Amino acid sequence: MTIVRIRNTISRVKRNHGTEYRLAVASRVVAAIVGGYALSALATMFLSAALPMAVVSAVLAATLLSFLMYAAAVVWVFAAATAGRAWLGLLICAVALVFGLLAFKTS
Amino acid sequence: MAWLHTWSGLLLGWLLFTIFLAGTASYFREEISRYMRPELAAVAFDPVRAADAAQRYLTRHASAATRWSVTLPSARNPDELSVFWRDAERRSHSHLVDVRTGERALVRDTRGGDFFYRLHFDLHYVSARTARWIVGFAAMMMLVAIVSGVITHKRIFRDFFTFRAGKGQRAWLDAHNVLAVLPLPYHALITYTGLVTLMFMYMPWGVSSQYGEKTTPFFDTVFGQSAALEPSGDTANLAPLGGMVNRAQRHWQGAHAGFISVSNPGDRAARVDVRRGQGCDVAVSTAGIEFDHRGVWLRELDSSGGAARVREVLYGLHLGRFAPPVLRALLFVLGLAGTAMVATGLVLWGVKRSRSRERAGAGDRVVAVLNVAVVAGLPLAMAALFWANRLLPIEMNDRAEWEIHAFFVVWAGALVMALVRCDQYGWRRLLGAAAIAFAGVPLINALTTERGLIHSLVSGDWLFAAFDFAMLTIAVVFTAAVWLLGSRQNAGREVPRVLRKAEV
Repeated sequence: MTIVRIRNTISRVKRNHGTEYRLAVASRVVAAIVGGYALSALATMFLSAALPMAVVSAVLAATLLSFLMYAAAVVWVFAAATAGRAWLGLLICAVALVFGLLAFKTS
Repeated sequence: MAWLHTWSGLLLGWLLFTIFLAGTASYFREEISRYMRPELAAVAFDPVRAADAAQRYLTRHASAATRWSVTLPSARNPDELSVFWRDAERRSHSHLVDVRTGERALVRDTRGGDFFYRLHFDLHYVSARTARWIVGFAAMMMLVAIVSGVITHKRIFRDFFTFRAGKGQRAWLDAHNVLAVLPLPYHALITYTGLVTLMFMYMPWGVSSQYGEKTTPFFDTVFGQSAALEPSGDTANLAPLGGMVNRAQRHWQGAHAGFISVSNPGDRAARVDVRRGQGCDVAVSTAGIEFDHRGVWLRELDSSGGAARVREVLYGLHLGRFAPPVLRALLFVLGLAGTAMVATGLVLWGVKRSRSRERAGAGDRVVAVLNVAVVAGLPLAMAALFWANRLLPIEMNDRAEWEIHAFFVVWAGALVMALVRCDQYGWRRLLGAAAIAFAGVPLINALTTERGLIHSLVSGDWLFAAFDFAMLTIAVVFTAAVWLLGSRQNAGREVPRVLRKAEV
């Protein structure tokens, strides 16, 4: 009985403080700060090209919105179930935006 | 999500406290500047006369410059007329001109309220670029802290009305919540609009993706400017600037001019750009009139498009220049609430950790020391700036810089005091020092200038009187804080480990 309890405590402590946990946190932090910025930059570029208004207004609107998109990306990274899923979500959005950008470049 | 909120708030909390406090002080930037230049007697607010005075000064001293910049007085600061130019060696010159004489203003060299304004985004001792990146990063963290704070807060409405006084960590949490939640629209707006003010630096990719290297047409549209002109080489006298300002102001139906930019002065291809002053509208104004060297009206300038206007409104909301006195006082209170929110968050962090069973580590001590040094030390340093403004010799070289050095030296001293004692006694000591420092400001003012409190009250100099009263009020607040902290100890309540006599 006691051995089971001790084992459970050790694994809980490891889960919340062990190396694997710290790596996951670090991974999320990098995803949030760097990945989030990259994603919001991509989104800004996409919106600058895609918004149906004069270029000056489109660029302004996109840039104004960029900080909200950045904040949303950061919250997503920490709300995702695992660090891996956080990165995956960012990657999928980034790829979609790149495709969108290419589509507007050729049109 | 709570983890994200705690860590994003803590890691830059001390910087955010500084940004908030300096930024809040900046709501009274002009008033602080006037107090720090007691030699400037109140002049009637007259941009036309000021423009002529500036022109006289610049014609005499800056005839070789390719560009003159004149910041006209504002209604809140009618005596401050400043000119700027770069000489042939690209050295910059920034002088205050006396509106009445057109000569250099005989006033002590000081940055005035502009110091706090610049401090909150340009910091000091680092390049403006570096500082703005750091501040922008902090602002982004703040935005994330706000968003995650709202998500964390499951019982947001119930906690609105909860304040459990005197219960240690609970009380700090409730204080933090009230200060954060009640003025939440303000905090979110200030943080977001702060990012907007420097958005072209933080997020240039939209511009660069559409314009590449040639961004000038974009910015000319956004800021309502006309293309630059090459000098023709033929000299020609510049028509009186006052007349141009007058015509512009009549066109704007009473709105005052705030800024004049003259390119190629003394040349036939000179252009005078008279900009409308800030504060007439919520949005910052990009309206201007362009004249040629004879004063002939060339064109009206302004930004175009709804998105540009949105940017200007957001920018204007951050600056708060549009606010009449009562609204500005409210904004000031909200700014203080934001500052207190950051401060209570920082203290809460230390209190919460000390209650956990973990040993107090080196990190806890860093938090405790920095909390005292920043939260109590920064106000102390601000009072020290006013002391330095009155006490430093008028004829000193680089006097303005030395006032600022004094500010940072006192702040460093507070850090040293915090390193020695960061417990309850350490807090009381520094808060007490701040109380004495603020109480001393009106005293030093009365002793070193002719515009002491009694004189201000008698002669109706309401600005100086109000400022002295504000200093005394702040001193009272700090005294109350010292007293409250003392009574807590005497009541024998459980004092969090971090605040007990330092064990380390």
